[in-house]
Amino acid sequence: MWRRPLLYTAPYRTNSCPTLHLRAQTVWEVHGIIGPFARQLRTAGPAADPTVAEDTPAPAPAPGDAARVPLLQAASAPWDVVVVGGGNAALVAAITAAERGRSVALLEAAPRHLRAGNTRHTRNIRCVHTESDRFMPGTYLAEELFADLASVGRGATRPELARIAVGRSAEAVAWMDQHGVSWQRPLRGTLGLARTNRFFLGGGTALANHYYTVAQRAGVNLVYEARVADLELEDASFVTVVVALGGEEVRIRARAVVVACGGFEANLPWLRRYWGAAADQYIVRGTPHNDGAVLARLLDLGAATCGDARGFHAIAVDARSPKFDGGIATRLDCLPFGIVVNREGRRFSDEGADIWPKRYASWGGLIARQPGQIAYAIVDASMTGRFIQPLYPPITAGTLPDLARALELDPDTLERTVTEFNAHCDGRSPLDLSQLDHVATSDLDPPKTNWARPLDHPPYSAFPLRPGITFTFMGVAINERAQILTQAGSPFARLFAAGEIMAGNVLTDGYLAGLGLTIGTVFGRIAGHEASQVAD
Amino acid sequence: MRRHKLPTETFLESAQRQLNICNACRYCEGYCAVFPALELRSTFTEADVTYLANLCHDCRACLDACMYAPPHEFGVDIPATLRTARDAGYVRYAWPHRLATLLWHHPRASVAVATLGGFVAALVAESANGRSLVAGRSGPGSFYTVIPWLGMVLAFGLAALFIIAVVSGAIVTFWRSGTVRPGKASWGAAWRGVIADVVPLRYLGGGGPGCPYPDPDRPSHGRRLLHQAVLYGFLLDFASTCVAAIYQDILHRMPPYPVTSLPVLLGIIGGVGVIAGCTGLLHLRYAAWRLRHERPAPQDVSFVAVLNLVAITGMILLILRATPAMPILLDLHLASVFALFLTLPYSRFVHAAYRVAALLRNRLEEAAQPQLGAEDEGVAA
Repeated sequence: MWRRPLLYTAPYRTNSCPTLHLRAQTVWEVHGIIGPFARQLRTAGPAADPTVAEDTPAPAPAPGDAARVPLLQAASAPWDVVVVGGGNAALVAAITAAERGRSVALLEAAPRHLRAGNTRHTRNIRCVHTESDRFMPGTYLAEELFADLASVGRGATRPELARIAVGRSAEAVAWMDQHGVSWQRPLRGTLGLARTNRFFLGGGTALANHYYTVAQRAGVNLVYEARVADLELEDASFVTVVVALGGEEVRIRARAVVVACGGFEANLPWLRRYWGAAADQYIVRGTPHNDGAVLARLLDLGAATCGDARGFHAIAVDARSPKFDGGIATRLDCLPFGIVVNREGRRFSDEGADIWPKRYASWGGLIARQPGQIAYAIVDASMTGRFIQPLYPPITAGTLPDLARALELDPDTLERTVTEFNAHCDGRSPLDLSQLDHVATSDLDPPKTNWARPLDHPPYSAFPLRPGITFTFMGVAINERAQILTQAGSPFARLFAAGEIMAGNVLTDGYLAGLGLTIGTVFGRIAGHEASQVAD
Repeated sequence: MRRHKLPTETFLESAQRQLNICNACRYCEGYCAVFPALELRSTFTEADVTYLANLCHDCRACLDACMYAPPHEFGVDIPATLRTARDAGYVRYAWPHRLATLLWHHPRASVAVATLGGFVAALVAESANGRSLVAGRSGPGSFYTVIPWLGMVLAFGLAALFIIAVVSGAIVTFWRSGTVRPGKASWGAAWRGVIADVVPLRYLGGGGPGCPYPDPDRPSHGRRLLHQAVLYGFLLDFASTCVAAIYQDILHRMPPYPVTSLPVLLGIIGGVGVIAGCTGLLHLRYAAWRLRHERPAPQDVSFVAVLNLVAITGMILLILRATPAMPILLDLHLASVFALFLTLPYSRFVHAAYRVAALLRNRLEEAAQPQLGAEDEGVAA
């Protein structure tokens, strides 16, 4: 039986590189929650009694959760804006509000080294552009992006909000430029999406690191390991946010709250409500902190949901990946190069249905609907080296029955599946995945409509696949001002949402690469702006 | 699925595992030459790791951008891994191996012993010849009344030949170990590419916004500029020495030369560059101790320190060359140059040669590639 390779659990530590041991601590002490937070509280914070804050000596630099509690309590006057979450949408909202002179606290549930949630794993933003520049060739007009969006899943949930996301995407990129975001030119790994997506240099972790620096300079108070336990709306003039911080509960007040803390994909019991036991087999590609606790609380408060409960962005990842946080490296791009079979050894979907980047996001859902939520991508030796290097080595065997035995599949069925597939393929021309070649199987169900080539060059290689969830779509319904709507359809005056938690307003099923960043940035800016208006 | 724990993994296994993760991720390919180069490989031999290690300029941009950096269970720290591989390569490829191991692992001691030894030897030789160490001397040829011309030429000429032999031997071994053979690419174009990489020290630019070393929150071009000051300062000092040799042996003008003469002017500009650059780079090393909790490696500190010592003693000698302190200062200066020479093939200095060789191989490899991305329909996030 294939297993997770041994090497992946024991990070190597060299004696000559003490940094490996110290990095977590380094980060903690250097960026410490304490120092900057205390400084900002004195200079930019909304301290009720400035003299108290001025006279109170900065707390001892020894980091500790408990030390942050008094700091947050010291802010007994309401914050203008409290942002719940610490990813792209939250940061954009916080920076926008702080630049409008509002006092802003950003509550990130994760510790410093895991800050920014799923933004850490992103890489690009899909955006409209009417002319080419050195980062994006050609043009990509709003109509085309909207048409692309309509072609995935069942189209946009609420077209008027999707229009906003599409229409303001160019402006969002200009905002990123103004805030010093660095881009990279199309290279090998980015070419396939170069015209439609703009790639930030170094990926999402680098983007988030930059935004945290920008936010800090703009005066945003960053608090890590601050989990929002509750939101209370009794008072009409502010929202009370109950924060679990270092084992204590702290109540802070805010004139406006922006909720941008992601979906509920890391909450497997919640997923089980819609997917049953299948959910237990899902691999969560991103942060383990997206447990949907704040979303659940908003629904309790009467917020309307938007988006399909089973809607998610999920791709095929290697079944040997870590349960959480495996990110981009766990994805497999070899599917169109061969066939994909389920636990029964049978094919179940068209592996050549569309250009791979468009098709890529449909495989998570396809595998989730197979028995045992597992599938196996099989390629023959002629395809070796044609796809992006996989994270884990393939399971290989000289014959199909041997391969089936290594995968614990029925040898006869697998051999029959491949023989039947080969018998219906007559294409032999070299494979070019950049365009549909219309070399299809004849009379086969399911068909392979492009790149159909027989598997007849042993040895054969297989990769076990699981659904890898990136994020869930069901969230709160919002209006064009990013205000969260009640079930009656009226907005909560002081509650706003941005990012994955409202992505279901745009996405129904399926996904377009880079659109999460578009939605987060566009609605993050709207939420930050509108929240500052409310805070007046 | 059960998870198995292995207590350790060898260094090479760890490097291979981490580089394979990079190859599956590819987010960092905009930062420097390391990532596009690793994408050309599907497996990594020890020689590949050493090659990639010498392409790495240790700017840390990829570490700060890495979602798999420790404490993530993947534990990816490419700068640290490549630093270890780079250092191991310097020792592995140097001859004689025992001397290389000894001097590399005791950089401070070897610099101190060589400097002091050279200084004492010069003093002893002068005393034995009955020359006063403090008597003021000036005028053409006055330096050679302290240490005879033949002594200088013999000591430094032999040392220079030794350096050239050891370093070029190491580079040849390093070059031959490469696994991807350059194709039919033009060597001239490749060398022009290397010059374009080296002149601005491109890969200390963090892919454009600057190097996030030492401060992860403030990427800057400071380190690149300081390193450029050292590089060009060193080259100007070298040029100054060459011009002085021409003055003396061809034009028969004996040193010391006036301040406005070409060798002295080149020396002053170069010396100021080296002192400013070395002092700044040392400062960054210690800033990184504070900001990144990385203790400066003794190899880094002693190499930069001895280079700085050469430049500082040279400048003081220039200022005080007409005073009675001249002989002692000259001895000290020459002793520091001697220490630099002696430890050079086994010190961080060799990084220059290895980097140029690695960049050249990279340019040849890239030129031999077919159209970028022809078969690579990569999908990201």
